[in-house]
Amino acid sequence: MSRRALTAREAGLLSCHVCGQLARPPEGAVHSLRCPRCRAPMHLRKPASVSTTWALLIASIVMFLPANLLPVMTTTSLLGSQQDTIMSGVVFLWQSGSWPLAAVVFFASVMVPLLKIIALVYLTLSVQRRSTQNLLQRTRLYRLVEFVGRWSMLDIYVITMLVALVSFRGLATIEAGPGAIAFGAVVVLTMFAAMSFDPRLIWDPLAGRSTDPHPAHHD
Amino acid sequence: MPAPAAHLKLPADLVACHECDLLQTEPALLPGQTARCARCDAFIARNPPDSLDRTLALTLTALVLYVIANAWPLVGLDMQGRVVAVTLFEAVQVLWRDGMMPVAALVFGTAILFPLLELVMILLVLVPLRLGRVTPRMAPFFRLVRSLKPWGMVEVFLLGMLVSLVKLSHLATVILGTAFWATAALILALTFAGRAFDTRLLWQTPLSDEAAGVLVTSR
Ligand SMILES: [Zn+2]
Ligand SMILES: [Zn+2]
Repeated sequence: MSRRALTAREAGLLSCHVCGQLARPPEGAVHSLRCPRCRAPMHLRKPASVSTTWALLIASIVMFLPANLLPVMTTTSLLGSQQDTIMSGVVFLWQSGSWPLAAVVFFASVMVPLLKIIALVYLTLSVQRRSTQNLLQRTRLYRLVEFVGRWSMLDIYVITMLVALVSFRGLATIEAGPGAIAFGAVVVLTMFAAMSFDPRLIWDPLAGRSTDPHPAHHD
Repeated sequence: MPAPAAHLKLPADLVACHECDLLQTEPALLPGQTARCARCDAFIARNPPDSLDRTLALTLTALVLYVIANAWPLVGLDMQGRVVAVTLFEAVQVLWRDGMMPVAALVFGTAILFPLLELVMILLVLVPLRLGRVTPRMAPFFRLVRSLKPWGMVEVFLLGMLVSLVKLSHLATVILGTAFWATAALILALTFAGRAFDTRLLWQTPLSDEAAGVLVTSR
């Protein structure tokens, strides 16, 4: 016996994103609904998910350039003054022999924000095209984006500690540069973009198609 | 509001996946078992043994470690006999005075404020639960815990601190402070507390007949 895989939406149910409670909306009422158990606002899907994600993505792409081109810090020592961008900081670590750390910083500060923007653009486009390809892979990609996003904050903390510790008047001082503000903005904007994307939209085009029954499993 | 029909009552173990919206039955879980979505493998529920007591113990431990991590200096730098040591809050203050207000605010929020709020909110939810007083009033605190979680980045901060120390190790002698080790221990306590927490404990109160199966419309 084969039963169709049914989503909450197809069954006319809303699920609470806080406590998981399922509820059936009263006829005609779609706005300002609250969970009967925890009173959290309930939505069928995150409201305006695609357009909000696009807006935040465009803002992060705009900030991505100054974040990588402007200096994030200025080092003043007896040898003179030197300005560093995110990338020159990585090069410095590499040349001073700490290449594992150079790789970590390069990955967290350069690759993660870039790949995150590309991945979210791809996910949002595929959802708008109602693609039914690679559903599971796209869900996994979204999980990865959510998981690694926070690690881009790494360079912000590195700059904070360097600025706070290297404050020997006359010997050496480090000051943060405008690139740090732009970089912080990229991290925050991409995190909000990932949060506003609703992964259930990936699976929505399947609605109405017939598939095998899906009992939940445990491990 | 239309009166709910009796057949709209939903089985208590019916859940919708938060990532693909598939309706499924949540299996009865033995202690230590985790339920995952049958279609997209998303996390559905966990049954950690002795959840309430362990989460409370670990969260209280984390709170003590948090106080130590913020009251004592994180790291010190010895440069030709001149020593500079900073606490996390002093580091934020230096950034603020340098005119980097947005970056200072970002570090203050993600490394100081949000982790503390998260710990306090978890205790506000768990202590009444442990004392056997379950009230719907704690739901807003739990919603706050959930929305703060992605913004507490203590573990990223620790890695950032390590990177900055490697960058400075050729310039001056690095002294690891009490707060450095407290921060490392805090990350462990937070991780284990997160794993021990069974959020289903919060929602055990049965719904009133009137609320079950229907949505409450606000105003
Ligand atoms: Zn709820
Ligand atoms: Zn799923």
